[in-house]
Amino acid sequence: MVSHAKNAEKFTKDLEKVDWHDATLWGARSKRDLAAKSIPEWESLRTLASQIKENVLANLDEYLLEFEKNALLNGAEVFWAKDGEEHNKIVGDLLVKHNINNLVKSKSILTEECHLNQYLEDLGYDVVDTDLGERIIQFAKQPPSHIVTPAIHVKKEEIGELFHQYIGTEKGATDPQYLTEAARGHLREKFLNAEAAITGVNFAIAENGGFVVCTNEGNADMGANLAPIQIACMGIEKLIPKAEHLGVFLRLLARSATGQSITNYTSHFFTPKKNGKLYIVMVDNGRTEQLGREDFRNSLKCIRCGACMNTCPVYRKSGGYSYGYTIPGPIGSVLAPGRDDHEYASLPFASSLCGSCTNVCPVKIDLHDQLYKWRQQIVKNGNVDQSKKWSMQMATYIFEHPKLFRFMGKTARLFMRLSPRFLIYNSLNKWGKSRELPDSPKQSFRDWYINHKIR
Amino acid sequence: MKIGLFIPCYVDQFYPQVGIATLQLLEKLGLEVNYPLNQTCCGQPMANSGFEYKGENLIKMFEENFQKYQYVIGPSGSCVMHLKEQLSHVKSHLADGVFEICEFLTDILNVKELPSEFPYRVGVHSSCHGLRGLRLATPSELNENPSDKPGTLLKMIKGIQLVDLNRKDECCGFGGTFAVSEEAVSVKMGTDRIRDHELNGAEVITGTDMSCLMHLDGLLKRQKKNIRVMHITEILNGNNEVK
Repeated sequence: MVSHAKNAEKFTKDLEKVDWHDATLWGARSKRDLAAKSIPEWESLRTLASQIKENVLANLDEYLLEFEKNALLNGAEVFWAKDGEEHNKIVGDLLVKHNINNLVKSKSILTEECHLNQYLEDLGYDVVDTDLGERIIQFAKQPPSHIVTPAIHVKKEEIGELFHQYIGTEKGATDPQYLTEAARGHLREKFLNAEAAITGVNFAIAENGGFVVCTNEGNADMGANLAPIQIACMGIEKLIPKAEHLGVFLRLLARSATGQSITNYTSHFFTPKKNGKLYIVMVDNGRTEQLGREDFRNSLKCIRCGACMNTCPVYRKSGGYSYGYTIPGPIGSVLAPGRDDHEYASLPFASSLCGSCTNVCPVKIDLHDQLYKWRQQIVKNGNVDQSKKWSMQMATYIFEHPKLFRFMGKTARLFMRLSPRFLIYNSLNKWGKSRELPDSPKQSFRDWYINHKIR
Repeated sequence: MKIGLFIPCYVDQFYPQVGIATLQLLEKLGLEVNYPLNQTCCGQPMANSGFEYKGENLIKMFEENFQKYQYVIGPSGSCVMHLKEQLSHVKSHLADGVFEICEFLTDILNVKELPSEFPYRVGVHSSCHGLRGLRLATPSELNENPSDKPGTLLKMIKGIQLVDLNRKDECCGFGGTFAVSEEAVSVKMGTDRIRDHELNGAEVITGTDMSCLMHLDGLLKRQKKNIRVMHITEILNGNNEVK
């Protein structure tokens, strides 16, 4: 069972790193604010995007079939995978079938969700992630800590060390320009030798069977255009009905993610290349189940921009790994319990319910309301400590009995006024670990009111 | 206009001066205000912990306590937001009658001036439920015409200097039981908010929710900082003694 609070406590111990992590992501949030405010119609764009996705979710079965039909007409081959295991097997079998030795992969959170890399490595493949951030964490043997900037938690000194070890840069080098150029040279060779390229999908268009991949580094294009075989992996919620809807989503995606007006590369794929193959793998992996949960189906509108992570003060101060799930932050905390509400029971509580996530979400997912609803669900399903249950039971009983409430209040205040400090500030008092308790007045407001206004 | 005064349980017990300031402020504005004596808690602590169903009786008690009032006013954005939601779930007529004090002053009473004075540098902590839940001001994430109800009221106070913050509406990390269940993150969030106020020269931190201020005050006192917290009603009511 993941304990976000415990993991977060560890992360907060390195204050310098927390502050740096917080400031870096706040920077992304600030750029997002500027970008959002540079478009007068921003809020109506969000509404529109949310409505388009609403329509997609309501008619998902039809759009999926329409997309498949058109993709087949374009010459692609389409696979359906009910879960991560099936997805991995499909991809692995394709690589075996085509005798692939060298493959490159661009960023796909779906493949992280399915743990594709591990599966392929177990089959003996050297999976080369070509997104710079992904390559860094691959060297570090870590999962992504953020869905858009997967290595956001790694400092340049650590990157210098990894690159020295894996691609032979000079020891101690930390200059970003130097390190990036080294990575570029290293990846260029991988691209040129690749026989297959695995990409993700940002948007799949039902009406024409094409799909769009957005990157800032151009690595998806480089891979897909050089290798004869492309395998595109997508969650079934990635659909949009028409090409014209891209005009809504592309304007929202990059602005929300990084504050750019558009990603550097927005690549449209339709057909296999000459003498090549284009495979599309559509994955469910729990999405249909989430679609069936009325309170949580909205979470499937997510376009994976990461804005909710950048704005979330809990995420910024606890780091992506504290969530213990592929997708961290507010959206991850809404999706994870849908997969396993026992394992991830702590995630919906890893929020102060400040609501900032809901306000930045480009498709208007009611994230903080869903976190609140998951809390109710988790308690209902019994995934809650006995001690918490008892304390809530007791508090409710006291509040239901006004006389008892007043007696308890008075007694507690008296105790707090008269007790020596060690009786109040000890290991049982978590509040008091780093905070003082409020002063305890002799009179409650009610006492004062009776004395001054009634007598 | 019959006004019922709702005082959150922890304000009643630990911050009577905030209840008093709220009452006096409303009375100064010529209103007849009553405090029903059997009120306790709105049920929010349980609800945010996943035990919303345990609050059913508390909402019934709230309805009984306040049924004869046209308006119910409380000095807390968070409790008021919770009440509005729960009362509308049970289709109570009170759902539209419950107001946080600042929104009541600006939206219902249309207050244009206040006679108080407060010669200090003040940082406003925008508590999330009031801000994003009740829309007491425009949250910084949204591209909307800016409004700011607490700010509008504070600007009526003579001598007050409102300081600009680097992050004007970031959460302080109180979050109810979150403050204890996620102690480390909560403390870090609060410490960072304080730093922002400190860097910008605030002598007093004010806000619409004493709960956030209790958390910040706990940190300020432990860290021996020379910044004080005061609820917005204390400033609006003219309490200009900074303790």
